[in-house]
Amino acid sequence: MAATTQDPEVATATPRRRRQASIRRGQTIAPLIFIAAAVVLFALFFLWPGALGLWYSFTDYRGVGDPEFIGVENYAALFQDATFYSVLGRTAFYTLLSVPLHFVISLGIAVLVTTRSAIGKVPARVVFFMPWLISPIVNGVIWRWLFGENFGFVNYVLSVVGVDAVPWQTDANLSLAVVLFASSWGGTAFNMLLFMAALKNIPRSYLEAAEIDGATGWQRFRHITLPLLAPTSFLVVLLTTIGSMKEFAMIQALNGGGPGTENMLMVQYIYRTGFERSEIGYASAASMVLMVILIVVAVIQMRFDKGSDQS
Amino acid sequence: MMTKLRSYGPATLLLWVLVLIYLFPVAWFILSSFKPGSELFSLPLSILPENWTFSGYITAWNRFNFAQYFFNTGLVAVVTTVLTVFVSAMTGYALAKYKAKWLSVFFICILATTMLPTEVIMPSTFVVIRDLGLYNQLAGIIVPSVITATGIFMFRQYFKTVPDELLEAARIDGVGEIRAFFSIMLPLAKPIAVTLAIFSFQWRWNDYIWPLLVLNDPNRYTLQLALRSIVGADNIDWSVLLSASVISLIPMVVLFFVFQKQIMNADMNSGLKD
Repeated sequence: MAATTQDPEVATATPRRRRQASIRRGQTIAPLIFIAAAVVLFALFFLWPGALGLWYSFTDYRGVGDPEFIGVENYAALFQDATFYSVLGRTAFYTLLSVPLHFVISLGIAVLVTTRSAIGKVPARVVFFMPWLISPIVNGVIWRWLFGENFGFVNYVLSVVGVDAVPWQTDANLSLAVVLFASSWGGTAFNMLLFMAALKNIPRSYLEAAEIDGATGWQRFRHITLPLLAPTSFLVVLLTTIGSMKEFAMIQALNGGGPGTENMLMVQYIYRTGFERSEIGYASAASMVLMVILIVVAVIQMRFDKGSDQS
Repeated sequence: MMTKLRSYGPATLLLWVLVLIYLFPVAWFILSSFKPGSELFSLPLSILPENWTFSGYITAWNRFNFAQYFFNTGLVAVVTTVLTVFVSAMTGYALAKYKAKWLSVFFICILATTMLPTEVIMPSTFVVIRDLGLYNQLAGIIVPSVITATGIFMFRQYFKTVPDELLEAARIDGVGEIRAFFSIMLPLAKPIAVTLAIFSFQWRWNDYIWPLLVLNDPNRYTLQLALRSIVGADNIDWSVLLSASVISLIPMVVLFFVFQKQIMNADMNSGLKD
């Protein structure tokens, strides 16, 4: 300290250096403080349940007492469980149908509500957006009411034109079709918003130049709009895939996975096994399988996205 | 006139056919809720109620503890939303403005939460909630849902667009890191905070999975759980179910009309897509 007062050069350098050091120290500590809450929450509600689920999947835990390690017994039983296969198959089938449907509908509607050649776009947007306000449970209620087999409006209209009652609730495939309608109807708004924002960012000059060169509307869409939308399209496909694979609440209210258990999807299966039959160990094994599937799907889609970026 | 019709006609027609398709399910649902119970199933069905009535609403309101459900749902949605905005802003800011290896690692962790939603690991999540003493507590729905990848990404993306010079100038002036965030950066991000608050409120108001996992006592039910218990009954009382469902939508409709501009112009791409 004494030296600093004697030497004028050091006197000016040290406080500055000291201050820089304190700024640098601040820059290491500050982000720690900023993310502390998120780290704790992440650890408590993602990492811990994830690790615990992995551990339980190797035990016979039933919610009470101590979990006992039983090796891969749960997985072995799971891979011989016919119900599990049918649930897995149904979930995959549903996802394969739902993703293209969501994609085409929400992109189509986003184009329609932003195109120059349509009238009444603003009120139309409000209508398309409305289902976003509605919870999955109420969404299920709305479509259950509309497609009731004996009392629904759809079957009533069909009966008026002379068509026999369509078994919307007792036929497995038709029930799944209603689930698809309901989820597309409910999911349009959010995806439409994503596409609308992306469409707004496409430079008008590109499209105008193509128009002057004689490109038709479809050609402009196919060769300019669609490639420029690629990042958003990827996002919509990824989010819809994940959303479809974990579809649960809406189906609970719509038909409970019925008829019987024919349209039971993965999350409902996990819920049933884990909570209604309290086989937490077995349900955790199913959770881990679903988790691996989701990771694989996400990684494949990200690869695909990277590949399309480079071309 | 003809050319105008030809250029506007097809798109407009398609648009409005779709509008009617989208509008009908909800219109049928709302109109039915104003029919007396006897009219709901009497053929021929008519789109408009012949005798408009609130009887379904009155029965629903009296038979269930709706005021309590509204209070529970509202409390959860508001508290979670406030916490979500703060935590997301701080986390997004740290990820945007500081460079460290562990920050990138944490960013990947947050990214992973979008791929691995809670639904997937329900059984073990339930055990965690129970062991933390959060079972059957409203806090048990609030605390776990505070952290959202979407919110964090939205703020991260936004703070990346704020010039670093601003922060450096503040540092040279001797403003500490924490104060720089709260007094300079956070006020700048107000539009993002509003957008996230709207979306978060909607997510929480309509959430089903966390209340289902955490709540058992009907007095602590949220609206979605209450509706699920009506629709899950062996004999559904449609008159009550329709009215109760409509009631649960009212706050969301109000929210939409108040914040219509922010919602319709929200560019969620920036938040979700890096």
